[in-house]
Amino acid sequence: MKITVNGDSHEVSGTTLDAVLIELGYGEAKVATAVNEAFVPAASRAATTLQDGDRLEIVAPRQGG
Amino acid sequence: MVTFYGTEVQSRLMLGTALYPSPAILEQAFRRSGAGIATVSVRREAGTERAGAAFWDLVRQLGVKVLPNTAGCHSVREAVTTAQMARELFETNWIKLEVIGHADTLQPDPFGLVEAARILTDDGFEVFPYTTEDIVLADRLLEAGCKVLMPWGAPIGTGLGLTNIYGLRTLRAQFPDVPMVVDAGLGLPSQAAQAMEMGFDAVLLNTAVAKAGDPAAMAEGFARAVEAGRLAYEADPMEPRDMAAPSTPLIGKAFLE
Repeated sequence: MKITVNGDSHEVSGTTLDAVLIELGYGEAKVATAVNEAFVPAASRAATTLQDGDRLEIVAPRQGG
Repeated sequence: MVTFYGTEVQSRLMLGTALYPSPAILEQAFRRSGAGIATVSVRREAGTERAGAAFWDLVRQLGVKVLPNTAGCHSVREAVTTAQMARELFETNWIKLEVIGHADTLQPDPFGLVEAARILTDDGFEVFPYTTEDIVLADRLLEAGCKVLMPWGAPIGTGLGLTNIYGLRTLRAQFPDVPMVVDAGLGLPSQAAQAMEMGFDAVLLNTAVAKAGDPAAMAEGFARAVEAGRLAYEADPMEPRDMAAPSTPLIGKAFLE
């Protein structure tokens, strides 16, 4: 299915959020996620099923003011 | 010593972590200033990038308390989701809440700010709202559950100092028991000292240090100014007056005419 990841279109084969993160190369990366603008806690990734057209945001710690 | 949401912090200087020439200079600025709180953010990460982990390792080495922000958020939903992601990443309930309402001045959206502050407080966050000097807005933020206020000195990144002295003085006087941090717009240590002399509990700045020719030296300059300003506030300054008053006694002056 086709989803949007951090603004870019991606074709993924996994259906759960944790599977898609591994597929996209995040593995054990220190990231937080939101699907369709709603936060998805790390503990809920395995139970979160993605749909075609979903918008996934993946963020990590960065410099800030 | 200053206390935010029950956490005591030694330094009254809070520093941002953005815009430094290098991670090493960022680290030097924190070491020389003794800043006890560092603001951080969350941003998109590419699949194999791992930049977040590298930055997080650096921040942890600093041994400071971390205050994540919602910088760049223009809507309540965006700010709330960003705060929730930041809480998971940085493992803290603290959030510097920014809901921006105007692109050129980065002025807070007061309506969105109050709404987001209420949602986040109800969700267990300890909110540090980036606000203006407006006392009605301050009152609403306190009603929403905020126990700290962070009024701006001037728009973010301008270095203009305290552009509304009257407004800031009124805000300070209106809520004497609320910890307040002058956040944003400071360009020089003298401006930080001025804020501290007025009774603000701390200052938060980033650009003035990170964009100085020697960020570590400027960070130390700000740290000393913050200490000087706080000492002056605690020392109960004299009242200014219009007419001169000799400091040297006239009694006993030699008659030499």
